[in-house]
Amino acid sequence: MTPAPVIRLAGLTHRYGKVLAADGVDLELPAGCMVGFIGPDGVGKSTWLGLIAGARKIQQGTVEVLGGDMASQRHREAVCPRIAYMPQGLGKNLYPTLSVFENIDFFGRLFGQPKAERERRIAELLEATGLAGFADRPAQKLSGGMKQKLGLCCALIHDPDLLILDEPTTGVDPLSRRQFWDLIGSIRTDHPGMSVLVATAYMEEAEQYDWLVAVDSGRVLATGAPAELRTRTGAATLEEAFLALLPEDRRGGHTGLTIPPLAAGEVVIEARGLQMRFGDFIAVDDVNLQVRRGEIFGFLGSNGCGKSTTMKMLTGLLPPTQGEARLLGEVLDADNIETRRRVGYMSQAFSLYGELSVRRNLQLHARLFRLSRAEGDARILELAKRFDLTPVMDALPDALPLGIRQRLQLAVAVLHQPDVLILDEPTSGVDPVARDHFWALIIDLSRKDGVTIFITTHFMNEAQRCDRISLMHAGHILASDTPAALVAARGAASLEDAFVGYLAEASGITLAPKSAPTPAVPQAPATPANPPSGHIPRFSLARLFSFSRREAVELRRDPFRLTLALLGTVLLMLVMGYGISMDVENLNYAVLDLDRSAASESYTLRISGSRYFSEKAPLQSHADIDQRMRAGELAMALEIPHGFGRDLARGAVPEIGVWLDGAMPMRAEVARGYVMGLHAQTLAEGVAAATGSRSAGLGDVAVRYRYNPEMRSLVAMVPAVIPMLLVFIPAMLTALGVVREKEMGSILNVYTTPVTKLEFLLGKQLPYIGLSLLNFVLLFVLAITLFNVPFKGSLAALCLGALLYVTATTGLGLLMSTVTESQVAAMVGTSIGTLLPAIQFSGMLDPVSSLEGVGAWVGMAYPTTHFLTICRGTFSKALGFADLGSAFIPLLIAIPVLTLASALLLNKQAR
Amino acid sequence: MGRHSSHLHNTWHLGIKEFHSLLGDPTMLFLILFMFSVAIYSDAHSKPESLHRASIAVVDEDRSQLSGRILDALQPPQFIPPVHVGLADMDKGMDAGLHTFVLDIPPNFQRDVLAGRAPSIQLNVDATRQSQAQTGTGYIQSIINDEIRAFAARYRAAAPAPVKLVPRSLFNPNLNASWFAAITALINNVTQLGILLTGAALIREREHGTIEHLLVMPVTPLEIMLSKVWSMGVVVLIASSLSLQFMVKGALGVTVDGSAVLFGLGTLLYLFAAASIGIYMGTLARNMPQFGLMSILVLLPLQILSGALTPRESMPDMVRWLMSFAPTTHYVSLAQAVLFRNAGLDVVWPQFLMVAAIGAVFFALAHQRLRRTISTMQG
Repeated sequence: MTPAPVIRLAGLTHRYGKVLAADGVDLELPAGCMVGFIGPDGVGKSTWLGLIAGARKIQQGTVEVLGGDMASQRHREAVCPRIAYMPQGLGKNLYPTLSVFENIDFFGRLFGQPKAERERRIAELLEATGLAGFADRPAQKLSGGMKQKLGLCCALIHDPDLLILDEPTTGVDPLSRRQFWDLIGSIRTDHPGMSVLVATAYMEEAEQYDWLVAVDSGRVLATGAPAELRTRTGAATLEEAFLALLPEDRRGGHTGLTIPPLAAGEVVIEARGLQMRFGDFIAVDDVNLQVRRGEIFGFLGSNGCGKSTTMKMLTGLLPPTQGEARLLGEVLDADNIETRRRVGYMSQAFSLYGELSVRRNLQLHARLFRLSRAEGDARILELAKRFDLTPVMDALPDALPLGIRQRLQLAVAVLHQPDVLILDEPTSGVDPVARDHFWALIIDLSRKDGVTIFITTHFMNEAQRCDRISLMHAGHILASDTPAALVAARGAASLEDAFVGYLAEASGITLAPKSAPTPAVPQAPATPANPPSGHIPRFSLARLFSFSRREAVELRRDPFRLTLALLGTVLLMLVMGYGISMDVENLNYAVLDLDRSAASESYTLRISGSRYFSEKAPLQSHADIDQRMRAGELAMALEIPHGFGRDLARGAVPEIGVWLDGAMPMRAEVARGYVMGLHAQTLAEGVAAATGSRSAGLGDVAVRYRYNPEMRSLVAMVPAVIPMLLVFIPAMLTALGVVREKEMGSILNVYTTPVTKLEFLLGKQLPYIGLSLLNFVLLFVLAITLFNVPFKGSLAALCLGALLYVTATTGLGLLMSTVTESQVAAMVGTSIGTLLPAIQFSGMLDPVSSLEGVGAWVGMAYPTTHFLTICRGTFSKALGFADLGSAFIPLLIAIPVLTLASALLLNKQAR
Repeated sequence: MGRHSSHLHNTWHLGIKEFHSLLGDPTMLFLILFMFSVAIYSDAHSKPESLHRASIAVVDEDRSQLSGRILDALQPPQFIPPVHVGLADMDKGMDAGLHTFVLDIPPNFQRDVLAGRAPSIQLNVDATRQSQAQTGTGYIQSIINDEIRAFAARYRAAAPAPVKLVPRSLFNPNLNASWFAAITALINNVTQLGILLTGAALIREREHGTIEHLLVMPVTPLEIMLSKVWSMGVVVLIASSLSLQFMVKGALGVTVDGSAVLFGLGTLLYLFAAASIGIYMGTLARNMPQFGLMSILVLLPLQILSGALTPRESMPDMVRWLMSFAPTTHYVSLAQAVLFRNAGLDVVWPQFLMVAAIGAVFFALAHQRLRRTISTMQG
C-alpha cells in the first residue's frame, strides 16, 4: 500500500530559454520514504528539487508540498520550517569563513531555536557525523566529504519533515559516503515520519532507496521500487535497468567497455620523495611513484588527503618543498612553457570562464595552444561531437549542470592532444552514461595514442579500469598495485571494500557492518504530522540578528577589510582635509612691461606684494604670453602698454591688459576678482594721494564673514569631508553584501529558510551601520583635535544626523548590490552612484541652490546634501535640532525608501 | 616560432577573451555607457558658472530709490532675485543655509550717500560655502559700488578712473564652467574604469579559479597582465574618444581647440598607468570586498587632488609633492593643455614622459607581485 503523497506535481513545466527542465510533469511521491531521482545530467532533476523546496519560482503547473500549494507565499512561509534543502555542489550554501559550529548555529538561529536547544542539537549532530573534533575549523578548510556532512548538519538542525538532498555524495570518497548514508539511516530511524528526496548519480546508492523516479528530458520515465524497475526491464542492475528505460536515441550506443592490454613504454611521470608543506602543515609527504607511457594510473584517497596537491606538483603549478617531480624525463619547472604544452590538466573545481559560451571557451584554449584557426575549428567540432556538447555550444557554462561542465573541462584538457593527461576527479557529478563515454575515450587515448593518464576518482568501477592504482591517506601513499592485487592483498570482496578497509584502518575508524539505508517502514502520513515546533512569526528580530551576527563574524575574520574601513577613512580625512583648498593663492603670473617707467613699476609692485599672486620671470613679447600660457605655466599675464606713465600723467586713461587662463574657469574668475580689487585699491590710494582727501568714497560695503570669520579653508572643508567619507566607505562596504552571496551561492539560504527579505537586508545592514558610526566617531575626534575645527552646535543633533545618514548610505550600497548581478558591476555602480552626486551635486563645492537640471534634482534628494547641512550647521553655525529640523526629514524619508526598494527588487526565489 | 610572437599571440587572444566577458555582462556595459554619456552630461550641465544663482536675501531698511536700484541689479544668472526678509529673520535664513548672502541696507542710506556721509551697507556672507562666498562677495561689492556711483553721478560730479583694467580670458573666453566640468568628468571616468575594470578582472579570475587553469597552459603572468591592460584600455579609450566627440563637443558644445589624436594618445598612455595600478591593487587585495574598499581609498585622492577639481598651486606643498607621483596629476595637466590651450607635443612632452614612467613602475611592481601571489595562492 502506498501512503498519502507528501508531494504532488501536476502539469509542471519549467523552461530555461529553449531547454525544457520540466515538461508537463505529473508525479506523486509517497510520504515517509527515501525517494531517489535518477537520470542523466541536465534532464531537470535539480530544477524539480529546487521547485519542491520553494527555492525556485514556479513557471507553470502546480507543486503541492506537505499538503499545500507552493505557489502561495503563505504556504511557503508556513511549511518552510519543515523542509530542509541541501543544494548541489560541495558546501555551496555554507559560509566559508565561519567555523563548523558557527555554520550550524547560524541555521539554528534562523529557525528561532533557543540557545540551550541549539547547543544540544549541534552537539548531537556533530557527534553523529564525526565532526565533533572539527567544531572550530572554518568551513573553507574542510574536505569535500566533511563539507557535505556539515551541509547535512545545517539541513537537519530544525528536524525537518522533508529532507531534500541534491547529489549529496558527489565528489565524496567511499568511506565518507558510507558514513554519510549511515548517518541518514540513523536519523530516519529516529524520525520515522521524515521523507527524504535524493538526486544521485550513484546507481549503487539508488539501489538502496525505497522508491525511484527515473527522469529524462524533463519527463518521468518510470517510477517504482528499485526491484520493481529491474524486474520490469529484466535487467540485473539498476544501471542497466535505467539504460533500458531510456529511449533508443538517448542511449548513445552504450556498450560494455573492453580494455585492451597495456603495452607500457618508458617512464613518463616520476615523483621522488615529493613533499609539500604549508606552514606547519605537511599536506603531502614522501610520495614516490612512476607512471609509464600509455598507462592509466588511478589515484585514490579520502577527501583532503593530498591528492590534488600532489597533482598540482606534477603539473608544475606548485613547486614541491622537497623532492622532485619529473615529466618526460625533465625536472618540472614552473616557468617551462614547453612542458605545459605536453600536459593536459583538469582541476577539481570548475575553472573555465563561466561568462564565456562553451564555444568561446574551447576557441580560447585552441588559440592559446597555438592551433591554427582551421585546425582549431575542426578539433572543436570533433570534440563537441565526442563529448556530446553540440547542443550547448552557445550556452554559458554557469547555466549548465555539473556533469556537462565537467565534460567541457575534459574537452578543454584534451584539446591540444597532450602526451600526459592529469585529471582531478573528472567524472564527479557526471551521469553513468556520460562516464562510460568518457572512459571509452580515456581508454582510446591511452591504448591507441599512447597518452599517459593520471586520474583521481571516487567511483570504484572506474578505479577498477585503471592499470594500476595508488591509495593515499593523510599525505602518504598506503598501497600501490593493480586493482586485483590490492583486493587480493586485503582479502576483500570488492575494490570498494578493500579501499574502505585500508582507509578505516589508517584513520582508526571502526565501521558498522555494511549498512544500507534502513528500509522505510511507511508510517503515519507526514501531513500534517509533526507540526512546526512553535509559532513562526512573520517578522523576527532574532532572525534579523542572526544575519547581523554572521556578517559581523565574517567582517571580524577579514581584518584587512576592517582595517581598510577604519584606517582608510582617517587617511582620506587627512588627505582631503589638507588637500582640498578653496583658497586660491600663489597664482603664477608675469608682467609684460612695455613702458618700463616709474609709474608702471609702482603699479606692478602692488600686485607682486599680494599673497594671492606669485610673480614669474617677466614676459618679453606677446608671443611669449601665448607660449607660456599655453604651457600652463601662467594663470595670468599683465600687459602694461607703451606710454603708460605718460598717458597717466596726461590723464589720457591708459588701458592695462589682463590675460587670464580660462582653462580653469574658477581659478580665472578668482584671479580676475583679486586683480580688480587690487586695481581699485591702487586707484583709490592714488587718488587719495593726489587730492589729499581722506576718502573719495560715496558709500561702502562692510563685509561680515559669518561662521568662519577668517575664511579658513579647513573650517569650511572638514565638516564637508565627513559627509563625503560617510557615503563612500559605508556604501562600498554593503555594496557587495547581496551580490557576493548571489555569486557564491549562499543566497539559497535566503530562499529556503523562514527569513524574510526585510530581515535579511536589515540584518546585513546593521553591522555596517555600527562600523560606520565608529568611523564617524573617529572622524569627529580628528576634526576637533587634529584639525582644530571649533564645534559650536548640538552634538546630539550631529550624532542623530550621522546615525540616520549612515543608515541611508549603507542602504544605498545594499540597493546597488540587489540590482546588480556581478560583484564588478556592483562596485562600479556604487562608485558612480556615490562619487559623482556626493562630490558634485551635494553642495560641497557649489550650494545645491545654484545647481540646475538633473544635478539640482539629484542634489535635492541625495542624503549627502542634508547631512552636509547638519554637519556645517552644528560645526560652524552653532545650531541644534530646532534649526535643522528640515534637514532631518529627507534623511528620514530616504531610509525606508531605499530599504523598501531593495526589498522589492530582491527575489526570494530563483528563476 | 619566436618567443616574442608567441607572447603577442597569447596576449592578443587573452585580450579578446576579456572583450567577450565584458559583452556578457550587460549591466556593466550599461554602466560604461551611462558614465560616458548621461553622467558627463548631467555633471557638466548642472555645474554652475563661477557665480550662478547665488541665493541672496535683503533687509531693506531704507526703501529708497537707490536701494531699489541696488536690488534690481542683483539679477540672474549670477543671483536668484533677492528675497526680502525682516531684520529678525536674517540669521534664521542663513543658519538653515537658505541664503549665502544677506544684505542689510541701513535706514536713510540714500540720504546719507547724497550728503556725502559715506554710509555702510552690511553684507553678511556664509563663509562655510567658501567658493561662492569668495567670488560672490567681489561681485556684490562692485555691483553696489557701481550703482551708488551711477546714482550719485546724477547729483554730484565724480572723477573718472585714471587707469582702465581690461581683463580677457584666453582659451575659454566666457569662462564657461561647464567646459571644465565636462573634461573633469571625462578624466574621472577614465581613471575610475581604468583601475576598476582591470583590477576586478584579475580578482575575478582568482576568485573563480580560472587563473590557475591559465597557468597550466603555455601562458605567462606577463601575458595575462598585458592582455588585461590592452583590452580594458581599448574599451575605455574608445568610450572616452566617442564621448569627447559626441558628448563633450557635440551635445555639450564645448569648443575643443586641441588635437583629439594627441589627447587620445595621452589617454592611452594614462590607461596603461591606471590599469597597472588596478592590477597592482588586484594583487594586494584577497577578495572583491577588499578591492572595493581599496579602490575608494585610491580613487578619491586621485580625483580630488590631481588638479581636476581645484587648482594644484593652492594645495599644501606636501600634498603637491605626493600627488606628483600619481599619473592622474600629469594626465590632468596634459588634458587641459591639449584640449583647451591647443598645446602640441612640444609643450606637453614632459607630462607624457611622466605618465609613461609612472605607468612602467606600477606595471613592474604589479608583475613582480602577481608572480609571487600566484606561487603562494595555491594549495
